[in-house]
Amino acid sequence: MSPEFVHRQASHCESGAISGLLAHHGLPLSEAMVFGLSSALSFAYLPIVKINGLPLVAYRMPPKFIIKGLQKPLRLKMRFETFRDPASGERRLNELLAAGEVVGMQTSVFWLPYIPEDLRFHFNAHNVLACGRDPASGDYRLSDPVVESLVSCPAPDLLRARFAKGVLAPKGLLYYPVSKPQAPDWAKVLPAAMRKTTRIMLDSPLPIVGIGGMRWLAKAFDRLDGEREAAHARMFIGQVVRMQEEIGTGGAGFRFIYAAFLQEVADRLARPAFGELAEQLIDIGDEWREFALATARMIRGRDPLVPARLGERLRTLAGREAAFFRDLRRAL
Amino acid sequence: MRDDEVPQEGNATLGGQRKAVYARAADGRLHLVSSAGWEVEEIVTRQAVDEFHKLAEAARQRVLAGTSVALEYHMYRARMDIPLLAQATGIWQWRVRRHLRPAVFARLTARLRARYATALGITPAQLEQLP
Repeated sequence: MSPEFVHRQASHCESGAISGLLAHHGLPLSEAMVFGLSSALSFAYLPIVKINGLPLVAYRMPPKFIIKGLQKPLRLKMRFETFRDPASGERRLNELLAAGEVVGMQTSVFWLPYIPEDLRFHFNAHNVLACGRDPASGDYRLSDPVVESLVSCPAPDLLRARFAKGVLAPKGLLYYPVSKPQAPDWAKVLPAAMRKTTRIMLDSPLPIVGIGGMRWLAKAFDRLDGEREAAHARMFIGQVVRMQEEIGTGGAGFRFIYAAFLQEVADRLARPAFGELAEQLIDIGDEWREFALATARMIRGRDPLVPARLGERLRTLAGREAAFFRDLRRAL
Repeated sequence: MRDDEVPQEGNATLGGQRKAVYARAADGRLHLVSSAGWEVEEIVTRQAVDEFHKLAEAARQRVLAGTSVALEYHMYRARMDIPLLAQATGIWQWRVRRHLRPAVFARLTARLRARYATALGITPAQLEQLP
């Protein structure tokens, strides 16, 4: 039987979940290290993927990217299981829990009763760990990385959340390590992970990913009509900030996590240059926060609704991030 | 963001919960700090919540006027729209749209109604009326 699972609150669900799983299996790595090592930082503007009629904007790589990206550097074998029907998905989860396993799950946010009512939207790429079940009530004991402490969740609700349909449907996904994670050769894996991030941000062949994606989004802002289609413009810019600040941890949040990662890199490799790069990225994160603030003021009508002005801010951010990632590349 | 800049103004949409955010301590190191919430987040979250309220209210008026059915109201109440409801039920969008017509809904089989009810997390009896 494995030892008691220790819950720690994190800033982002997937990096928090996997960091918790690794610690449980004897390799304590911070959330920031997990995030950086899997090259999870990104930016993507997906005008075709619509959520409630508004486009998807992501500030990190797609779900499961972190978990999958850690397998190679940590020589870790993860097992992923999805299910066609909910009943077998539930049975399998109970089996694993009975065997003492702590199990990662992908869920919808909407059906989880412990999430505050106002935050429950149909967002399907949330990550939660199941670490036990109350024998009397059948409720699951969950470690939700973005919640302060362990929570319990009735079985029917969890089942719904695991088998929600729609964009990024989780299909009951369960994941857990089947081998012991090992501390890597840091001098090798860290530069490789950072190089990958610079490539994603700077060299993407798709105009919707990386720095190019920010500029593309800025163009979409320019096209919004703040006068004749004010309602739509407000929803659109609000969506960008919702995706930035609330789902997971936000655009600024991800920049801060990556900066924390760079600080750890500076220590592990005894290369103070990365500490200076972290400073630069913290500034960029602060600027993302100002962007969010400016947007909120327009939504509330405290400032006139001129989306192009936000587009201008986005272009500045794109320029600063481009410069940052070029500096990071040179430092490697 | 420095430790003392972490927003603590309270965000009603967090329902009293707190989030963990990264901020810079006095020694320059980033670490996790507990935040009671940021007004900016509250504004954008409220915006999305209110939008669904508005849609649900408009649907309610249509139901009362006899031009739509309670299913439409319940769809928005569950923070869904037609594409999402179609995905959640496995029913084509054009069929969902058609089912929102009172005359068509009245002829729906119990099985189809049950499918809608399950997807929305309510009982078939609830599905047929406004709360």
